[in-house]
Amino acid sequence: MKSVAVIGASLAGLSAARALRAQGFDGELTIVGGEVRRPYDRPPLSKEFLAGAIGEDALALEADDDDLNARWLLGVQATGLDATAGAVQLDSGTTVAADGIVVATGARARSWPASEGLAGVHVLRTVDDAIALRDELRSGARLVVIGAGFIGGEVASTAAKLGLDVTVVEAALAPLAGPLGVQLGATVARLHTEHGTRLLCGAPVAGLIGSDRVTGVDLADGRRLAADVVVVGIGAIPNIEWLRDSPLELANGVVCDEGGATSIPNVVAVGDCAAWHEPSVGWPHRVEHWTGALERPAVAVATLLAGGRHNGRPVKPPYFWSDQYNRRIQFAGIADPGDEITFEVGGPRDTSFLAVYRRGGEPVAVLGVDQPKLFTRWRRQLTVVPVPA
Amino acid sequence: MLEICPLAALPRGEARRVEADPPIAVFHTDDGEVFAIDDTCTHQDASLADGWLEGCEIECPLHASRFNLRTGEVDEPPAKLPVRTHEVVIVDGVINVVLDDAPPNLPPGVATRAAGEAAQ
Repeated sequence: MKSVAVIGASLAGLSAARALRAQGFDGELTIVGGEVRRPYDRPPLSKEFLAGAIGEDALALEADDDDLNARWLLGVQATGLDATAGAVQLDSGTTVAADGIVVATGARARSWPASEGLAGVHVLRTVDDAIALRDELRSGARLVVIGAGFIGGEVASTAAKLGLDVTVVEAALAPLAGPLGVQLGATVARLHTEHGTRLLCGAPVAGLIGSDRVTGVDLADGRRLAADVVVVGIGAIPNIEWLRDSPLELANGVVCDEGGATSIPNVVAVGDCAAWHEPSVGWPHRVEHWTGALERPAVAVATLLAGGRHNGRPVKPPYFWSDQYNRRIQFAGIADPGDEITFEVGGPRDTSFLAVYRRGGEPVAVLGVDQPKLFTRWRRQLTVVPVPA
Repeated sequence: MLEICPLAALPRGEARRVEADPPIAVFHTDDGEVFAIDDTCTHQDASLADGWLEGCEIECPLHASRFNLRTGEVDEPPAKLPVRTHEVVIVDGVINVVLDDAPPNLPPGVATRAAGEAAQ
């Protein structure tokens, strides 16, 4: 393989480029990024950066001595992939030719339908999003956050600390009910309410009110919440439309095996746009966590350099953390509603606890709140229980 | 020199956080070596004493940056800056640490207490 193009210049793309060099690839390396900025870290955008505690410099992912010997094309979007010719078309009108391609185009924030042009309504994905939101988080303002997931929970926590009047509305029965389950999601619910944030669960939103600027949020049950600022945190959409005419198999993300291989041998996919086969789920599963974007590219690059064959080594279970209200939430594994949950330290009403999810007696997931040491030990003991074929 | 604890009180494979300014972490490796470094990860605020000790490396419990305990160098990102190391001296079976006087590489948004007070 003489040349590789990495399409995407955020954490997954940068990690892939680093892995290529670390694994001995000494050919031509091109990195294409849709944003104008050099690779930056997104997790602080809802926390320290949003609070104004750190600046843009602190977000840089590259070290001073990072020398990838790569050609960077930033501020250009990929528009098409011709895998047989080994060519990626760009919206600048040019084409990047490469023997191997790493797809790392990430995801974009899902916006509220028809909310474009309504001032005061925000999503949070990029530095520019964070700057625009930060400018509106003034003490005393009424903030309604739609969605109690990672973004929603962290924005609510940051805004509460800044002195805003915060309400979080969530369609599911608990915050983070997807990854944690409803039972332990309820422990996160208490974090919100104990810190003065109103939390309305089981409360789908019917629509936004306002003509030029948002003034409120209507709930499906008829309630109306007044709002000066609205943050929409209802998930992300994988950036895969540019691959639609390529032979790559697409579902909710680029479909990959357990090593990042796509349906084409010289193309791998990593990060938020990729849905790797997940043995414990039984189908391709898109993991949007930061850690996956950091660690999995090394696996995918090994697959790419081996001609599209995964070496069979299992990847680590998905892991995420979230800092809310000065508490550190850490979770690893994939939980299922049927899992048995036991508390190894503390209990659901304690401010700090560690809970383990077991399936058939095997630990498959772990949740820790302010238990980093014990959490790390349990995280390393997790087992992947494959679903029966 | 800062007296930490008797060597016998820190079993192999274990770590101890010591409240200095900034806090430091002392590790006793499985090979029987003792190392001291700044406890705070240079990437984001996390205690390295809570991390995963393997050989002569510590993995941050939050984002899995890896630091070489002997040199403080970053072995795995996301950390970009080395962690400051301190000299360890065992005196009559007691672990002592000679605090390095180089400036620490603390993560963005984290300052030493002394610097924090000076800024007030």
